[in-house]
Amino acid sequence: MALDKNGIAKRIAQELRDGWYVNLGIGIPTLVANYIPEGIEVEFQSENGILGMGPFPFEGEENADLINAGKQTITVKKGAVFFDSATSFAMIRGQHVQLTVLGAMEVSQNGDIASWKIPGKMVKGMGGAMDLVASAENIIVAMMHTNKAGESKILKECTLPLTGVGCVKKIVTDLAILEVKDGKFHLIERAPGVSVEEIVAKTEGDLVVPDFVPEMQLD
Amino acid sequence: MNKVVKNVEEALKGIEDGMTLMVGGFGLCGIPENSIAELVKKGTKNLTCISNNAGVDDFGLGLLLQGKQIKKMVASYVGENAEFERQMLSGELEVDLIPQGSLAERCRAGGAGIPAFYTPTGYGTEVAEGKEVRVYNGKPHILEEALTADFAIVKAWKGDTEGNLIYKETARNFNPMMAMAGKITIAEVEELVPAGELDPNFIHTPGIFVQRIFQGEKFEKRIEQRTTRKRD
Repeated sequence: MALDKNGIAKRIAQELRDGWYVNLGIGIPTLVANYIPEGIEVEFQSENGILGMGPFPFEGEENADLINAGKQTITVKKGAVFFDSATSFAMIRGQHVQLTVLGAMEVSQNGDIASWKIPGKMVKGMGGAMDLVASAENIIVAMMHTNKAGESKILKECTLPLTGVGCVKKIVTDLAILEVKDGKFHLIERAPGVSVEEIVAKTEGDLVVPDFVPEMQLD
Repeated sequence: MNKVVKNVEEALKGIEDGMTLMVGGFGLCGIPENSIAELVKKGTKNLTCISNNAGVDDFGLGLLLQGKQIKKMVASYVGENAEFERQMLSGELEVDLIPQGSLAERCRAGGAGIPAFYTPTGYGTEVAEGKEVRVYNGKPHILEEALTADFAIVKAWKGDTEGNLIYKETARNFNPMMAMAGKITIAEVEELVPAGELDPNFIHTPGIFVQRIFQGEKFEKRIEQRTTRKRD
């Protein structure tokens, strides 16, 4: 069975390591914070100017001055800190953040990512995504393998305007984990019950499939 | 030096049609609400607004868009505003979308006397079109130029009569850099106190960057995405 959004987040959470500072993008990436493995400590950075983000507030305790980059009301953990946007992107561009998790509309086999614009139809802007992908050493893209029409979003070449070039190294979708290496996608794991054949059929880009593809272990 | 003006009308004196304004805030958080309301009242037109976002349809800079007061918008993310998207796709509104970190740094550079800088952000994308590329440490970077404005309008939590400012929580965001980059910087604050009452150790924006300060009449502080969790 293909994973739902929470399943994707849960699998990405397994990639977290103790002591990391992590930036989570809007959408599926935000859910990763709900599945931090036991026994490790990570700090979440939000590019609007906070380190040490806590959970959402209880009803009635929302604070208009305290939001994340998705404009959602949040709380802070002990030891949290606020800063301005230039300092925030100094942390990101200066590679002080160990992991960035973000969404995408398309990725290509050389690691390009498109996520901010559909010409003539939708223009939301890139927000902080171009800064994040240009500098982060460790980027995980969280996305659905196909669009609503069932077409692959894992492509030989992106068709939409790019957010960054050659920057994506790992992708976690509802069907699989892929790595991007040497201009090709490499199948690393498959979602529980999802066949290699299905993943191959739904991947437009060149996909290297090893003899044995393990199933994700989610529990 | 006393920077206090008596109200928002006086604070915004000199803002004319066709000028470039920087407006602080991230989403609706930390925006100068009172000044925006006054700009709507004044009806100033053909403005170029530099701000991370464009508000929502009926609040923040969205109010200026409704009245077609903005000719050009410079921002990083505009996804929350349907009227904005309509005006942009129809070509009524000029739009320059800038990566958020580059926007922040371009404002900072503008205030810090640095005319341009190289950044890896945006290389190989539309953002890099027409910009100089240079390789540092084996990686291509693009040249981004500083931004300044005729007026910068920022919002702070507390300010003193000298123009020293302290922001609250994530309402700081773009305000400090924009305060630096305005030829004239206007600060609207929730609480205006006499010089000496703010601890100099904890001031975020030194008053040298601020020319006019006033206490806002009221702050609605609208929440864009009210998100909560259940009590156990």
